Amino acid sequence: MPEPVIGLEIHLAIRVDTKMFCGCAAESFGSEPNVHTCPVCLGLPGSLPVTNREAIEKAVLFSLALHCRVPELTQFHRKHYFYPDAPKNYQISQYDRPVGEHGWVELDGGRRIGITRCHVEEDAGRLAHPPYADHSLVDFNRAGAPLIEMVTEPDLRTPEEARAFLAQVQAVARALGVSDASPEQGKMRADVNVSLRNPDGSLGTKVEVKNLNSFKSVAAAIAFEVRRQGALLEDGREVAQETRGWNEGGQRTYLLRSKEESADYRYMPDPDLPPLTLEPAWLDDLRARMPELPAARRERYLALGLKPADAEALALDLEAAAFFDAATEAYAGSAQTVANWLTGDIAGLLNAGGRSLAEAPLRPEGLAAMLRLLDDGTISGKIAKEILPEVLEGEGPEALVARKGLTQITDEGALAELVERVMQANPAVVASARENPKAINALLGKVMQESRGTARPDAVRRLLQDRLATPGSD
Amino acid sequence: MLAAMMSAWQLARAVREGTRTASEAVEDALARATRASHLNAVLHVADAHARERAAALDASLARGQDPGPLAGVPVAVKDNLCLEGVPATAGSRSLEGFVPPYSATVIERLEAAGAVVVAKTNLDEFGMGSSNEASAFGPALNPWDTERVPGGSSGGSAAAVAAGIVPLALGTDTGGSVRLPASFCGVLGFKPTYGRLSRYGVVAYASSLDQVGVLTRSTRDAAMALAAMAGVDPLDGTSLAADAGDLRALGEGSEGPDVRGLRVAVVSELSGEGNAPGVLEALDRTAARLRELGAEVREVSVPSVRHAVATYYLVATAEASSNLARYDGMIYSTRLGEDGDGQEAVMRRSRGRTLGREVRRRVLMGSFALSAGYYDAYYGKALRVRRVIADELARAFEGADVLLTPTAPTAAYRLGEKLDDPLAMYVGDVCTCLANLAGLPAMSVPAGRTAEGLPVGVQLMAPALHDARLLQVAAALEAAAGDDFAPLAPG
Ligand SMILES: [Zn+2]
Repeated sequence: MPEPVIGLEIHLAIRVDTKMFCGCAAESFGSEPNVHTCPVCLGLPGSLPVTNREAIEKAVLFSLALHCRVPELTQFHRKHYFYPDAPKNYQISQYDRPVGEHGWVELDGGRRIGITRCHVEEDAGRLAHPPYADHSLVDFNRAGAPLIEMVTEPDLRTPEEARAFLAQVQAVARALGVSDASPEQGKMRADVNVSLRNPDGSLGTKVEVKNLNSFKSVAAAIAFEVRRQGALLEDGREVAQETRGWNEGGQRTYLLRSKEESADYRYMPDPDLPPLTLEPAWLDDLRARMPELPAARRERYLALGLKPADAEALALDLEAAAFFDAATEAYAGSAQTVANWLTGDIAGLLNAGGRSLAEAPLRPEGLAAMLRLLDDGTISGKIAKEILPEVLEGEGPEALVARKGLTQITDEGALAELVERVMQANPAVVASARENPKAINALLGKVMQESRGTARPDAVRRLLQDRLATPGSD
Repeated sequence: MLAAMMSAWQLARAVREGTRTASEAVEDALARATRASHLNAVLHVADAHARERAAALDASLARGQDPGPLAGVPVAVKDNLCLEGVPATAGSRSLEGFVPPYSATVIERLEAAGAVVVAKTNLDEFGMGSSNEASAFGPALNPWDTERVPGGSSGGSAAAVAAGIVPLALGTDTGGSVRLPASFCGVLGFKPTYGRLSRYGVVAYASSLDQVGVLTRSTRDAAMALAAMAGVDPLDGTSLAADAGDLRALGEGSEGPDVRGLRVAVVSELSGEGNAPGVLEALDRTAARLRELGAEVREVSVPSVRHAVATYYLVATAEASSNLARYDGMIYSTRLGEDGDGQEAVMRRSRGRTLGREVRRRVLMGSFALSAGYYDAYYGKALRVRRVIADELARAFEGADVLLTPTAPTAAYRLGEKLDDPLAMYVGDVCTCLANLAGLPAMSVPAGRTAEGLPVGVQLMAPALHDARLLQVAAALEAAAGDDFAPLAPG
């Protein structure tokens, strides 16, 4: 099986108030068509673009976070193509002076994926093709919205690796506040390039799959292409250089256009936008203000003693990480315990309810309080799981436990009495437990049931074992 | 009966002192426009806009408010400048029916100073031409001789000032488009330093060369208009934050002209063969006059001048091919074709049939110059030569305060005379395009008439941001010439 060689081209919508070159709102998700437009983003004659410095700042921050070289001078070019989604019939993009070049992202496991470049550009409008109509419609709300386009080296090898890479990039973008990076809102889109390595080690013919809108479809499209190209080569046929689309329903790629007669975009420096100087002092200031990035966070969590899988999962999830940090601040016990609850029961409940952690009323202090009740023996693990749904809704654990009378019975006398009562009431179970020590669990269950879960299980087990070991006492 | 033609500053003074109303001034201009309609200088009379503005100015005067230094001055603006609610065609079929929803910053500032736009003037389509014959709406005619061209591309604005329709007009100058028609029509044409005036609302031809300019019959009017419009504009990233105090002082007439000790250098490459005799005489007359006034005049060589026209046409056409890509019939420009024809067919037909021959020629040349495989040899090289030209001009200014050249190699030529020879017409930009390539301020000053009685101008250039210096020289020449400086065209 020849080795797959995979590169990605990722578009991220930059999170800023206004579009790249005009004052229209950058965020138009869910708006009526063509309401966020003005003479500039419609390309009316005489209108001029003015650079959104904040968008540049975010793109530079992102480039720095991806270890890119950021030049002292960055410049916009015009990329020409005639298409109705481009009001000016050119896109303002970057060419030989992008905001970042030659960076890398380290995957869990230490492999570095090269970043060829990060550049800033304006988004295009969105075309709609009403069925059976003799016309198409265009919505310019998105036209001129700021994007970062980042291109990787062909360093990825598997669909899983591509997915992990996308998750890393998403986490970095979110940690920096550079982009919401939400594929479901079109704020993170990817094209993939897939080829198979020739037996002599050279790269095979590259196929591009365009417009993938989820990490899952990126992975699926890569897997499909690897199979498709592999089958072609096995048959002794050639892989054609082409651009393909992704059919989500059929989970397969399809031909969009064959061997591109390499489009001539007639790139030209945009005379309306003077080159921007990125002062070294300003760059230093940005570096100094750089928040903790997922990679550093993962290291920190490993140092706290978290299992690698938990460290990775928490490091990639900005919300969960912030919660975890606050909870471990408020709770003196083991960090791994906090992680277990967050990635286990809490995540399960949130998933079932279709909510995110931020949307739930639970505060880190609430979780810390519950864990303290567990540690000091006030409640059992079972009780903790039982009250978790209410704690998640913002109930204070101490008050909840007191109100419901869920405080654990630890008094030996009270427990012995309870055990005695249950044994008396279940002579058949007691008999079988004497035969088979494993059946003790049945008795334990009955004691716990009787106590509505408040009996301390290890004490009950010990008491049961003692009583069963004393022959004839019943 | 029309009142005698006054200069802008005199008219504004009369309005502010109450001896004339803004409405009277505007009605006079509208009447003059009607009387001169045979010149085809005006594409659209903005009468409703002008009357409304004038009434508002008179009302504010009645309330004791000062509407500004240009109070009531009627202004004509080239039809590639946007004025909200008034059609803007840029001389092209492709923008027929387009009504901009916003105004150019220069127009907003001029009107904020009290001026009133009364007319949109004729031009070569998108500013691409030197004779006004490339207008989709027929050429404007030269008021001095209606069988001759007024020059281009701001021919309508120059003709409107020369014919006395308005004392002040705006044009745009990409390679000489304000100065050349000023020379042909016998008025003053000023192109400021690149970036001094905002380009917001100016229909772009070649963005790195385009600059708004003024056409007047008096130096003081030009200074007043420039002072009102100058300054950084947040809507134009290439506009400059430069102080306009010196221009304002000239506009207020508080600084007398003085050229004693001024170092004037005549560019030798531009003052020899290739110029019509009347042009060289005008140049010599001006040099002699400046000497009389106390300036030193010598020669300077700028060898790269011989590459200027080629460089200019590569840069300008490349940028034009990009700037004009948007006129595709999709959003607002004229659409030819039916639903169901397919977008590509509609774009092809709309562009092919609504853009004129000269525009299509330049778009094709520019697209070629930017194409993969040709970029370095054409556009890339042009950018490098452009820097060489700018450097050589900067060196010339080490020994000179201003450079003196002809404005154009000829006076106004006959309609149709150069239509079939685009190269002959392009060469006419040799003197003027230097200032655009280097971003320098430059001005065409009236310099008398040829033996045939046609007006002819000379060009003065100064280092960047020394716009006021040029106006000072012009004011000295104006004072020396008296009433004969920029007379109204006869008739
Ligand atoms: Zn906009």
